[in-house]
Amino acid sequence: MARLYEFQSKKLLKEAGIRIPEGDVAASPDDAARITEKIGKPVVLKIQVWVTGRARVGGIQFADTPDEAKHKARQMLGMKVKNFVVDKVLIEEKLSIKSEYFAGLVIDDAQKTPVLIFSSVGGTGIEEIVRDHPESVSQIPVDVVKGLKDYQARNLVRKTGISGKLLIALPSVLVKLFEVAREYDARSAEINPLVLTEDNLLYAADCHLAVDDYAVFRHPELGIDVAREFDRPPMPLEKIAYRVEEKDYRGTFYFLQMAEEIPEDEKYIGFNGAGGGGSMMSMDAVLNRGFKLANYCDTSGNPSASKVYRAAKIILSQPRIKGYFASGSGVASQEQYHSARGLVKAFHEENLDIPGVIRLGGNFEEEAIAILRDYLKDIPANVEGYGRDDSPEFCAERMDELIGENHNASHKVRPIQDPDIPAEAYSFETFTGKICFNHERCARCRSQGCVSACKPEILKLREGKPVLAVSEEEAKKGKCTECLACEIFCKFHEQDAVTIHLPIPGLKEYRDKICSEKV
Amino acid sequence: MSILVDEKSKVCVQGITGREGMVRTRLMKDYGTHVVAGVTPGKGGGDVYGIPVFDSVQEAWEKTGPIDISVIFVPAALVKNAALEAIDAGVKLLVLVPDRVPIFDVLEVSHFAEENGASFVGPNTLGLLSPGRAVLGMIGGRAERAREWFRPGKIGVTSRSGGMTSAISYYLTEAGLGQSTIIHVGGDAVVGLSHPEVVERFEHDGQTEMVVLFGEIGTTQEERVADLIEKGKFTKPLIAFVGGKAAKSGTRFSHAGAIVEGTRGSYDSKVKRLKEVGAHVVDTVSDIPRMALKLTKGGSG
Repeated sequence: MARLYEFQSKKLLKEAGIRIPEGDVAASPDDAARITEKIGKPVVLKIQVWVTGRARVGGIQFADTPDEAKHKARQMLGMKVKNFVVDKVLIEEKLSIKSEYFAGLVIDDAQKTPVLIFSSVGGTGIEEIVRDHPESVSQIPVDVVKGLKDYQARNLVRKTGISGKLLIALPSVLVKLFEVAREYDARSAEINPLVLTEDNLLYAADCHLAVDDYAVFRHPELGIDVAREFDRPPMPLEKIAYRVEEKDYRGTFYFLQMAEEIPEDEKYIGFNGAGGGGSMMSMDAVLNRGFKLANYCDTSGNPSASKVYRAAKIILSQPRIKGYFASGSGVASQEQYHSARGLVKAFHEENLDIPGVIRLGGNFEEEAIAILRDYLKDIPANVEGYGRDDSPEFCAERMDELIGENHNASHKVRPIQDPDIPAEAYSFETFTGKICFNHERCARCRSQGCVSACKPEILKLREGKPVLAVSEEEAKKGKCTECLACEIFCKFHEQDAVTIHLPIPGLKEYRDKICSEKV
Repeated sequence: MSILVDEKSKVCVQGITGREGMVRTRLMKDYGTHVVAGVTPGKGGGDVYGIPVFDSVQEAWEKTGPIDISVIFVPAALVKNAALEAIDAGVKLLVLVPDRVPIFDVLEVSHFAEENGASFVGPNTLGLLSPGRAVLGMIGGRAERAREWFRPGKIGVTSRSGGMTSAISYYLTEAGLGQSTIIHVGGDAVVGLSHPEVVERFEHDGQTEMVVLFGEIGTTQEERVADLIEKGKFTKPLIAFVGGKAAKSGTRFSHAGAIVEGTRGSYDSKVKRLKEVGAHVVDTVSDIPRMALKLTKGGSG
């Protein structure tokens, strides 16, 4: 779920006609003073983060004057809450509260429908309130096609013991809340507290919306950077990974960093799972063995070799990991040689210095394991390939042993060097990169094995040298599947004349930064 | 028997001319699935591996007769309309293969399916397979592999992970135990046929004598299976594994979620509930075939 900040959520509520306190977002103490001046009343300052319980950590404060607001904002900006560094404070008029309610929407997997919840008691500790006073809470499933009707909302509110004029005002807020949630594909939406002020007006005093990751594409106006569930803003490497996923629809690539800082003396490994369940099972196996995960990564759904290659490059951008562990369900339907080739290319480029355990069970696993065995002989690291009959527990044990044999050495991240491609080389673009043939070297080739290695059959020989058998446009549109077979064949069996350049936007700069920080 | 699909089920493939649609149609046909039609709007009149392509599901139905099942391979954003089209044409079982289908789209499909007495598997599913009879979706990858990995037998497999559906079934085959139907219910928060609906079908299937369930943290599916056992609506032996024990539970963001679900959804809750009602909860996947063998008392499955 892609979370929105309180101030973003409130803007959407306001557009839907729900009243919100007057206010604005401050990114500096001066902003805070200016906003408070404009409001002209005592204010509340609230840090904008995606975690609950802000009051307990000093994230909610009050100020009577612009000067005081400025002072408070200075304390709050830069505060660290969990993994969050506060860079925005919402400043709003302080409400004179008569009573507080709760309104929330959630999608219930059992009923397969949105459920709207209303409580006549709201505010902090709502979950405890609900437990102790079930009579104050009521909920109804909402018809996803017809929406929520006024009378349904009225009955919902009535059941919590509310009567009188509020039976008009509260249901109207609920109907609008559902409309906002529906409009913006919210997986969850809640107003807590929904405040009734001394002058009998209803305000959404706090609000949280989380947008369905899969529907983010429908809402470019929300400016969601990375459509993933995070309890903190995405880290730079995660943003780089997300751009890769966005640009390549073939299979899934999910990347999440589990550690902010990787200490030298701890057993952190880079993790490359495949498939949700297989990844989870494999993760359990390594965690039970005392490892810590630097990251979680899932490359599944029949990803291209180029996608797995990029995943490996990103995983190997984490300094001080002790090993590379890849494991999925063990009996994958996807063609495993794609993953094997992607890893081989990445490990060679990195001149991998830490051990790898790669469990690639499933379709074509024999071929995949052979690729790892045959082509990773001349890198410093020891990489072992396993299949469906080797359990994740056994593989985790091997990881442990190999790391021990490697004296717990840490991975060193090195700068990325773009391949050296002669200007006159024969080249064509692929879906996400570029392939070059150094025809001068091809002249010495005996086997022309690149052409037979190309399963999609997009290469042919012209005067004994490989060229495209399809149009350049077709190759770029995806006829070239970026399976990497031609490059690997040529590198290990022939003249090393094929270069496939698969850029990863932002990664070069990221690594440069890491490498300069180390010095 | 098997559940949901057998060799006689008449199947249509929506999105048959796309990258995945074409490849997976080949798998299904090679395995023995009775694929009678394909649908791609604007490409009617052609054929894919000898299967006629039509412009709409309705047209396919008119020209080839009633269709039992539609397998959908269209881009995620178009899945809702494809599903509504199939249900409207009268198809009673859909398999929504794509992932990243917006959740409100799934809710709408679910709503429409219920009104029309239809069901669906997925989204985000590898599909399902009744060994020796038929496959829907992409389980097994290639027909010869699927034949090697999965054998007909008495164990029903239901899993929230696609890879684990294959893995568990393969390990059962290795142990000499065949399967009635294996099904990946889909990896999303809301899916059509979820674990409880699937085990109910296994309950009524004469071939199935035991069910293996691969659960995961999140959602209330496993707890609802336990509820069924408690109510006597599922009475066959159940072996369950729940993944995600070591995953640290995330910060809860939604109070509403907590109010509706309570503590349901966590690893502890699922394991506790399943154990309470007498399910055989195992700690590792490799314990599954061992437990299954023990429960069949050395039978051949």
